[in-house]
Amino acid sequence: MSETRKLDFTSFRERIGDLRGREYWRSLEELSRSDAFDEFFQSEFPQQALPLAKGVDRRSFMKLMGASVAMAGLTACRPPGETIIPYVNQPENLIPGKPMYFATAMPLSGYARGVLVESHMFRPTKIEGNPEHPASLGASDAQMQASILGLYDPDRSQVVRHMGEISTWSEFIAALQPVLNQERAGAGGLRILTQTVTSPTLGAQIERLQAEYPGLGWHQWEPAGGDALREGARLAFGGFANVLYDFTRANVIVSLGSDFVEEGPAHLRYARDFASRRRVRQGERDAAMNRLYAIESSPTSTGSIADHRLPVKPSQIESMARAILAALGGGSAGEDTHAPEFIAAVAKDLLASRGASIVIAGDHQPPAVHAIAHGINQALGNIGSTVMVIDSPEVRPVNQLESLRQLVTDINAGAVRALIILGGNPVFDAPADFNFKAALQKVPFRAHLSLYNDETSLLSHWHIPETHYLESWGDARAYDGTATIMQPLIAPLYNGRSAYEVLGAMLGALNTSPYTAVRNHWFERGTTEETWRRALHDGLIAGSALPPRTVAASGAVPASGPAQAAGGIELEIRPDPTIFDGRFANNAWLQELPKPQTKITWDNVLLIGPGTADQIGFGVDERSALFNELKTRVVEVEYRGVKVHLPVWVVPGHAEGAATIYLGGGRENGGRIAGAGTNIYPLRPSTAMWGGAGARITLTSRAPYPIGCTQEHQSLDPKLVGERGIIRDATYQHYLGNPNFVQDYEHQIEQVAGLENSNESLYPPFAYKGHAWAMVIDTSVCTGCNGCVAACQSENNIAVVGKDEVVRERELHWLRIDRYYKGDPANPQVYHQPVPCMQCELAPCEPVCPVQATSHSEDGLNDMTYNRCVGTRYCSNNCPYKVRRFNFFGYSDYDTPALKAMRNPDVTIRTRGVMEKCTYCVQRINHGKIEAEKENRRVRDGEVVTACQQACPTQAIVFGDMNDPSSHVAQLKKEPTMYALLGELNTRPRTTYLATIRNPNPELVPAAATAAGEHH
Amino acid sequence: MAQIFHRSANTLSRVTIFGAVFIAGFALWAIGAVVRSPYFTRQGIQLDQPVQFSHQHHVGGLGIDCRYCHQSVEASSFAGIPPTSTCMNCHAQIWTNAEILEPIRASFANGTPIVWNRVHQLPDFVHFNHSIHVAKGIGCASCHGRVDKMNLMYQASPLTMSWCLDCHREPEKFIRPREEVFNMEYVPVNQEELGPRLVEEYAVKKLTSCSTCHY
Repeated sequence: MSETRKLDFTSFRERIGDLRGREYWRSLEELSRSDAFDEFFQSEFPQQALPLAKGVDRRSFMKLMGASVAMAGLTACRPPGETIIPYVNQPENLIPGKPMYFATAMPLSGYARGVLVESHMFRPTKIEGNPEHPASLGASDAQMQASILGLYDPDRSQVVRHMGEISTWSEFIAALQPVLNQERAGAGGLRILTQTVTSPTLGAQIERLQAEYPGLGWHQWEPAGGDALREGARLAFGGFANVLYDFTRANVIVSLGSDFVEEGPAHLRYARDFASRRRVRQGERDAAMNRLYAIESSPTSTGSIADHRLPVKPSQIESMARAILAALGGGSAGEDTHAPEFIAAVAKDLLASRGASIVIAGDHQPPAVHAIAHGINQALGNIGSTVMVIDSPEVRPVNQLESLRQLVTDINAGAVRALIILGGNPVFDAPADFNFKAALQKVPFRAHLSLYNDETSLLSHWHIPETHYLESWGDARAYDGTATIMQPLIAPLYNGRSAYEVLGAMLGALNTSPYTAVRNHWFERGTTEETWRRALHDGLIAGSALPPRTVAASGAVPASGPAQAAGGIELEIRPDPTIFDGRFANNAWLQELPKPQTKITWDNVLLIGPGTADQIGFGVDERSALFNELKTRVVEVEYRGVKVHLPVWVVPGHAEGAATIYLGGGRENGGRIAGAGTNIYPLRPSTAMWGGAGARITLTSRAPYPIGCTQEHQSLDPKLVGERGIIRDATYQHYLGNPNFVQDYEHQIEQVAGLENSNESLYPPFAYKGHAWAMVIDTSVCTGCNGCVAACQSENNIAVVGKDEVVRERELHWLRIDRYYKGDPANPQVYHQPVPCMQCELAPCEPVCPVQATSHSEDGLNDMTYNRCVGTRYCSNNCPYKVRRFNFFGYSDYDTPALKAMRNPDVTIRTRGVMEKCTYCVQRINHGKIEAEKENRRVRDGEVVTACQQACPTQAIVFGDMNDPSSHVAQLKKEPTMYALLGELNTRPRTTYLATIRNPNPELVPAAATAAGEHH
Repeated sequence: MAQIFHRSANTLSRVTIFGAVFIAGFALWAIGAVVRSPYFTRQGIQLDQPVQFSHQHHVGGLGIDCRYCHQSVEASSFAGIPPTSTCMNCHAQIWTNAEILEPIRASFANGTPIVWNRVHQLPDFVHFNHSIHVAKGIGCASCHGRVDKMNLMYQASPLTMSWCLDCHREPEKFIRPREEVFNMEYVPVNQEELGPRLVEEYAVKKLTSCSTCHY
């Protein structure tokens, strides 16, 4: 074994210094450069070639082959006949074979995000963002994309249950009557528990219910709701309010633990607005780039695109915030003088951008941090300019933790006679010290409306299946108050009922139609038939956004809270980036989606920094031996008397002395796959909802735990990363002086690799006379959110393979986002690089296919013809970009009836033994071409968008026809920062990249680092 | 020691060795023949249908245009199978008691759709679009044959890939003026001259990339 194994963190850091042409790295494994790791990279799918348990002898081989030949004979039978079932009365405007689009909204934690739903003969198949909706602007995230799978999920609850036995809706109503009668007679003790409610109709229903039953108590609970935001606004503005930010006008942004591009009801909007100030284009030098400082503990997407990222312990964020406020002349700094030069530079930058800066606190920061952030914005004159304050769009904003605490207290006092739970899963996600599970069982009558027959349903007398948001009429407000009428795309698949119906039943109507409820609500408030139709068409009610309030944040800085018990490791708890608080745990797309920063699938792990790893005894040696990217050790986390076992994961850039865990894993009764990961809600008492100090982490002697981390799966050879300029970056200042800096890398490639950029080819040149489809990806604005990956999965019917297969590197995502680091593992720069098929003009995969299953189209697409493929995998072996995916088994589900309706009818379902890969969404291209040809014109720029491009919140992906000189993509191809991945191989990729440009503060960039940035 | 093998083993082994080549060759030929045969392609086979609908009567006899029933043929990939209500447009007035139309009346009265057996069936990995073919001057009869003479509907062409490519490689041999697309009785007068002119005029491309149909 090589001596590089003997490494500790210190020598690790030293090694960064002598990387020479290898300053970029993807994982800590790669840095250690052990022999085994190099070997790991030599095969195409390093984990695929599992030897057979015992060798096959000649006789068995003949038997198997004989059987195969005999079976082959069977295939000569002709394919089975099909039927066509037309309508009896065809709906107006329906053209069979052409999808229709309907506007609605996806509510998450109460807040609406506008969506357009593609519907094939009234089967919803794909979710897109609604370009007119302020919270989406046409973009979508992974949770929106995956909600289509959530709709069809065969594990959703399908019947009303009473004590676990199948029952009916009318029996539930009958059982409810005595409860209501008692309440009417004044018995008291009827309570409802909802999630966050922004729906005006639902709000009005609850109000009417409370008018009818004056004693009715209404509680709200969301495990990852915005309590801190609400309380922070209350501290600063003296009442509940929502604070909105306008990133298009901010030159300097400071994030105090905020992941504004990834979390919260406005993150799509914020990501787009933020990116609008980060695109560096030739000839647009006046539009100055913004600058983002991120002060955070756990690595987030926002931190990964920041110009300066400062990892600090979670508890230090508040003192950093105080220090910034103090440096601006308000309040007094605490005793913590962490990174004073950083604070000084931030303060100076903020002062230079008075009225054009934003200080934003994270959703899960304590209210005090929010109040300080609002105070800083006030001091800088940002409020009213880049920061707007509106009334809360929630029907009745409350402190939800206190609301739930009140409910539990009342239950324990015997004051609750009946509890109707509308959505949510408090048995799973209530704070551990509330002991909600025991409390709930003391309620004499309990009913639960939910999508799944889940943990809470099991302990309720009545369970009513809930409708999915695509199945019911409804309404909801967005982050800025904009109201959307949600229209159903399909009748309830599984006999679901909505909250409107349950409340309607409590109001005395056996069968309330949600349509009538919503329609009546709005018509009573001035909506007319015309405006109603307009609202349904647009997906929002025009002018319903709440007006900005003219308020000032109180200058009073909240006193620092009681010092937390020192010692131990600080724990940070966050909602999971994919499965959120656990509600999406049964969604296989989200479970298998690599988490943006760690690329882990199907698990929640304990994230720690490399220094902390050394501290707990999980050193580089052992990590290398285990292949950190494949397996890891299990640790015991002891926090406030509760012990949980979790796999540990070392992530560069995590604050040392702190650890992060994601909520949502380890569901007990959430569906067949919801059990993935570990339940960490027991670690979450009401006193430390988002973590705190005093955790103890001990390495256990349990067997190494396999992890489906996709970063080192099918990615480029690490040896190429530095010497071939896979990632190219510069500072904004450097770019202004030398816009052609990417060319410097070409010289480097010639020198280091001895390769010249040659255009010679054995094949005669081909003139692309028609279209020449191409893509440009701007790595400057990619946040690595994985929305594109989920969109691709939905558009192209990509199968899910499961954790065991992901561990064997067989995941099928056509598009992956490679994550690269540069610099010190304690706080590296992060680069995201989405890698779809490069659609090479001289594609190495094509000549090696023995059956011509992959060939070139006249538009320059690298076609993959599934029905010709015999599965030799030569193409994948020959692909330098590793973008081809192979169906080792029959991963596509051909049997589940519900899933058949979900699939995109324009894309073939791939079976076992077939290679597949990104097609540039050729079904969309062909559709665009046919529509244009019918009108005897060329395809217009923007007429064909790929699924990834459509989803991207930051518009990092641009696709179009290179042969159309006016197209956006043709313009971008002329940018000086444009470069091709491994262009020296003369593959002539059609997908190219724009180099990453960051805008660091010159005062903070060490002289050495600046030199490093310029040495190319 | 007696001989292990009988004398005939010599002949048997020779026949087996030489025969193997021919048997393998025959097997390949047979497979090829089967997949091109009407048994496999369903060419010319009349399927049982819930209603014995006659195109000959409706198209040839009454002169109803293709698009009266197949109304999405110019707009969509799918030409469309008429809903029951289209049948009832006429049959609410005429032949109201005909026994053969009982399933239609039942469907209309009960709201249960009629389940037709599919005649033209492409594999799921092929994507065909009617609207572009119609727009580029490919007549209905070019693929579907003289539907106006079919008593019961059957598949006139083999619908094999090589048959598709015959036209995709040489569209000038099959193209017709757009106004003649729905004319069942159209006979080209001078295709050698007309074909190339229409290909030019309609900007018809010779699309033979795999992804034209397979994706």
